[in-house]
Amino acid sequence: MIKEKNIVRWLLSGVPLLFLLLFFIAPSLIIVFTSFRFPGEFGGLAPLIAPMGTVDVEHGLTLEAYQFFFSDTLYVRVFIKSLQVAVVTTLICLIMSYPLALLIARSKERLRNIMLLLVVLPFASNFLIRIYAWVIILDPESALSYFINLILNLVGISPVIFLFSPFAVLLGMVYVHLPFMILPLYINLEKHDPILLDAAQDLGASHWKCFWYITWPLSISGVSSGIVLVFISALGMFAVPDILGGTGDILIGNLIKDQFISTRDWPFGAVLSIMLALTILLIIGLGAYFLRRLRKRNYAT
Amino acid sequence: MALLEIRGVTRCFGNFIAVNNISISIETGEFFTLLGPSGCGKTTLLRMIAGFDLPDSGQILLDGKDMVGMPSEKRPIHTVFQTYALFPHMTVSDNVAFPLKIAGEKLDEIRSRVIKTLDDVRLFNLGNRFPHELSGGQRQRVALARGLISRPRLLLLDEPLGALDLKLREEMQIELINLQKETGIAFVFVTHSQNEALTLSHRIVVMNQGGVEQIDTPSKIYNFPRNRFVADFLGKINIMDAQVLEIIPPYLRLIIPELGQVVIPNKEGVKIGDKGFMAIRPEQMRIMIYSEEVNSKNHFSGQIKSLLYAGDVTTYVVEFSNGTRVEILLPNSAPREIKRFEIGDLVVIVWESDVGLFLND
Repeated sequence: MIKEKNIVRWLLSGVPLLFLLLFFIAPSLIIVFTSFRFPGEFGGLAPLIAPMGTVDVEHGLTLEAYQFFFSDTLYVRVFIKSLQVAVVTTLICLIMSYPLALLIARSKERLRNIMLLLVVLPFASNFLIRIYAWVIILDPESALSYFINLILNLVGISPVIFLFSPFAVLLGMVYVHLPFMILPLYINLEKHDPILLDAAQDLGASHWKCFWYITWPLSISGVSSGIVLVFISALGMFAVPDILGGTGDILIGNLIKDQFISTRDWPFGAVLSIMLALTILLIIGLGAYFLRRLRKRNYAT
Repeated sequence: MALLEIRGVTRCFGNFIAVNNISISIETGEFFTLLGPSGCGKTTLLRMIAGFDLPDSGQILLDGKDMVGMPSEKRPIHTVFQTYALFPHMTVSDNVAFPLKIAGEKLDEIRSRVIKTLDDVRLFNLGNRFPHELSGGQRQRVALARGLISRPRLLLLDEPLGALDLKLREEMQIELINLQKETGIAFVFVTHSQNEALTLSHRIVVMNQGGVEQIDTPSKIYNFPRNRFVADFLGKINIMDAQVLEIIPPYLRLIIPELGQVVIPNKEGVKIGDKGFMAIRPEQMRIMIYSEEVNSKNHFSGQIKSLLYAGDVTTYVVEFSNGTRVEILLPNSAPREIKRFEIGDLVVIVWESDVGLFLND
């Protein structure tokens, strides 16, 4: 009986397990392996073993790509800038999403469903098309730019161009990531028992204190899921800076994409990917550690 | 001056009148119970006292001051909720400390008062536990401690024992009485359980369909219910149609249709010819064997139709000649004096003239 159950369990979970093994772990290993190789003469990878009859061709394993990464502060600077953009994007998303998620969670069911539909509706159209739509909106010739500059002109400020600027990148990043913050927050906030707020208020807490002592601490798990989802995605994003950013707005995602697609230096691209993954793991790990410490201190008064 | 005075309070939800022109006053140090079937308006009234809801008309005064417009967090009134509403992310200590922390008390003061209050509700070493690590009775005590710690003028308890099993409920009843006595804080207790109301309260208000049926002490409510609803709601009672035949102070002579005449205690304001009901508790009647000689004025013959044995007592259902059924409760102790009866036995039901009640409606 128990044995049969186990077999069924393995059969059911075996397929997704195999899928993950093949298509997540294997590519990761390939990337790690790639980072220790020489780039090919015309892009891609150099051979592991020197082909017959050639003498001077680089082959075998090397730390050259890693040396290259640490030899120039440029790459670290791009990392730091990417981190800045990701942090700011995550913060803006959090600040914008929290009140909205709270509003949705506390609305009547009909209204709640309509609002949830509106939150996920952007997914119905293609990601790239939605970003290109911002190009049209932010274009210097667009109605929006025209009106904003008209007003700026009245107060005596010279015209502003929004497109291909850090501002446009941030706007696009926030726009793209909002649903990934709203949804986990909503899922958390919707589960809160409203009687807890009644109790807090009854015991003397104002609305603001009710939020600070009850709603906010109870929502921490939702907040951290939202932060993780948005932060990781924002740190690796390349499409938004590609389309909405100027030449100076290159982020780590663009750098990696360029290494594989334009420059075709695969080992260096692999090194950049590994560094990105390590950075993310480090930050998430530190975040989880401090969150746990904070919680422990809260509980032990 | 009464501690809490409810003056002509009415609350409607659409066409439904939840609370209909209710006036009650509650004194300092009183254990006051709102008793009634579900939907009688007792919870709505409680919510208005707490400040979660506002009356459509009427006033609620605390120490003579109108509380309309005073939000719930400003009222010196705390509530113990039916589901306890403990904060799941806080320890027992933090839960209990909450009202003091909100009020901005000093940390040392909070700490010593939390320890004292946890002692009062017998939760000595559980301060560091989380609510989900506690039993139902312990959670109940945390909720009580949290409600009492800042010494409110009034503690509202919304069916707080409803979720506990019978044995625990009886234990908590005793603790509630003690806690109320020790703190001297007025308790307003909401329940639909007549047993709980009778055991705990100094005074009870019996509510029905948004209105007040009777406000009195437990023994007055039980022994002298004002009308048929109160008589029926509190404990078991036998009710028969009756009409006043004669007033012979201190007695009343009634006629019960198709059965005969009975003599019961007089009641103020009753006139000859009044139609109403004769009510008598199951434990106020006796059963005698048919052939025995009967001295009592009130006696009717009947037949035992069924019996319910409950350990300490047995309830007999007896049918009179006119088809009326009554319940009679006999204790099972004192075995020599009390005879046991079987289904089908022909018996005489007897009661003295100093028991029984005439109800006008």
